[in-house]
Amino acid sequence: MTRAALLRHPVSVVWGILIAATLTSWWLGTDHGVSNEQTASILILVVAFIKVRFVGLYFMELRHAPLPLRMIFEGYCFVVCTTVILMFVIE
Amino acid sequence: MSTVAESEADATGPESPASGKPAKHIPGEEGTWIFILGDMTVFALLFGVFIDARSKHPVLFDHSQAILNQNYGAINTLLLLSSSMMVITGIRAIRHDIRGLAPAMFLGAIGCGLGFAFMKYLEWSEKFSHGIKPATNDFWMYYFILTGLHFFHLILGMLVLTYLFVQSRKPALTVRQFAFVEGGACFWHMVDLLWIVLFPLLYLVK
Repeated sequence: MTRAALLRHPVSVVWGILIAATLTSWWLGTDHGVSNEQTASILILVVAFIKVRFVGLYFMELRHAPLPLRMIFEGYCFVVCTTVILMFVIE
Repeated sequence: MSTVAESEADATGPESPASGKPAKHIPGEEGTWIFILGDMTVFALLFGVFIDARSKHPVLFDHSQAILNQNYGAINTLLLLSSSMMVITGIRAIRHDIRGLAPAMFLGAIGCGLGFAFMKYLEWSEKFSHGIKPATNDFWMYYFILTGLHFFHLILGMLVLTYLFVQSRKPALTVRQFAFVEGGACFWHMVDLLWIVLFPLLYLVK
C-alpha cells in the first residue's frame, strides 16, 4: 500500500465531515442561522454526539470491535446525549 | 516472536484479512478500555453536574459564558480532530508497514496537542488578567474544573503520543507492543472526544 492509498480511506472522509460539522456548530453558536436559541443549542448538542460517535467508530476503530464493546460505546453516546438534552430542555 | 507486519493475517487490525469481511478486533488491550470507558463515565457525570448547576443560575451562566471567546474553543476542536486523524493514519501506517510515515504522523499529533495547550494558556491568562478566577462564580468554577481536568488528560495524552512516536520508530513491533500502541491511540482519541462535548457545553449552548 502506498502513502496516497493509505489516505484514500473512509477515515479521511470522516475527518472532513467532522471539521465541517465543527465549523457549522461554531457558526450556529455565534448567533447565526437559527433564531431560536434553544433549538440551536439542541442542534449543536446532537451534532456534538454524532461527532463523538464518528470518533469512536472510525478513529478508535470500534466499528470493527466485538459487538459488546461497540454496543457499550454506542449506548454511551445515546444515553449521555439523551440525558444531556433532556436535562437541558427541562431546566 | 511475530511482528505486526508479519502477522497481518492474524488479529492485529481490522484491515488485516484479505478474505473480505474484516475480523473483529479490540483496539488495544482490554484493560485500556476499562480505563477509557471509566474516564468517559466520570466526564458524563460532570456534564450532568454542570447542566444541573446551570439550571439553578441560568442568567449568571449565560452572562459568564458570553465573556468566553468561542474562537479558542473552536480552534482547539479543529486541532484535536486533526491530531486524531494523524494518529489513526499513523496506526494504519504501522499496520501496512509504511516506513517513516507513522513517526511523522505522531509528531504532527503532538504538535497539534502543543497548539491546544498554547491556546489554553492564552485563554486562561486572558481570564486571569481580567480578574476571572475559579472563585468568581459557579460558572467559572465549573469552567476551570472541566477545562483543567481535560487539560490534565491532554498532558497525559501527549506523554502517550511520545511513547507512540518512540515505538513507531522501531523496525518492527510485536503484536503485544502494537496492542499497547493502539490502546494509547484510543486514549488520545478519548481526549479529542471529551473536548467535542465540552466545547459546545461550555462555549455554545444557551
